[in-house]
Amino acid sequence: MFLKNMFKSMFFGIPVGLTFLDTFGYVARVEGISMQPVLNPEARDTDYVFLSRWAVRDYNVKRGDVVSLVSPKDPNQKIIKRVVGLQGDVVSTLGYKNQYVKIPEGHCWVEGDHTGHTLDSNTFGPVSLGLLNAKAVAIVWPPSRWQQLEAKLPQHRRPISIANRH
Amino acid sequence: MTLLKFVGKTCGFVGYVFQYACVTHCTFEYLGDFVMCSGPSMEPTLESNNILFTEHLSPRMQRLRRGDIVIAKSPSNPRQNICKRVTALPGDKVRGQFPRRSQVVPRGHVWLEGDNTSNSSDSRVYGPVPIGLVRSRVVCRVWPLDKISSLTEY
Repeated sequence: MFLKNMFKSMFFGIPVGLTFLDTFGYVARVEGISMQPVLNPEARDTDYVFLSRWAVRDYNVKRGDVVSLVSPKDPNQKIIKRVVGLQGDVVSTLGYKNQYVKIPEGHCWVEGDHTGHTLDSNTFGPVSLGLLNAKAVAIVWPPSRWQQLEAKLPQHRRPISIANRH
Repeated sequence: MTLLKFVGKTCGFVGYVFQYACVTHCTFEYLGDFVMCSGPSMEPTLESNNILFTEHLSPRMQRLRRGDIVIAKSPSNPRQNICKRVTALPGDKVRGQFPRRSQVVPRGHVWLEGDNTSNSSDSRVYGPVPIGLVRSRVVCRVWPLDKISSLTEY
């Protein structure tokens, strides 16, 4: 009887939990220095961010949002970057093979804030929106760092031309 | 008292529906699901309105092989799915259509081509596709009933 009950609660409990995490979001640890100074300002303490899956259910992202996506180079790895350009924008790149890139349909241009210490679109080019995993909404741990992550883009990283939304 | 009982029963029923919905979501998301394919790009192997059974385990575990038919998100429109055959894995040499030169499939990408070479927009048009976009691998065809067949090569 005990075993049966335990099996039953596991059979329903695990899918309910997974569905919740899949639909609404989860908390993840940020590794690396690529998003300094916004995330992990000092290398030794790591931030935990809340990643909202709900916010990207329609693949709607804005320029300046911090998003997590599946790395195009390694599907097992998730990376966290800032969206710089959306489809149709022209961005001026930093060390990519072309100086100016027009972002193709269904793609976006992502960059880390810590220029020069980040593996981002300047290395692998525009990424498909299908790789988008979640949007980082807030830093939740440690408590002293509790804050919302706002969409902001440094002036010099704005796209050169911004496509009209149709 | 009857009202209370009614509310209680309704809540119980809604709870059950919710639990089964979550089980269904997880099954379709992590184990396998059914896909209806449309379009001419995979003829003659697959025709429009065939229903396929696909499994999600091998793309998750990086077990893709050359010759597998996979369902992937379209690189140019994430809301759309494409059904193509994996023809080359990372490190293989392939020949694109435009520009027409041979290139090496980069790390973390696969080369997808439709079986209907003349009428398929695939990697020859948009280049190698990140493995992260591959959602599932086609196992067999379940509809129409007279054409039930396995679509794996091993």
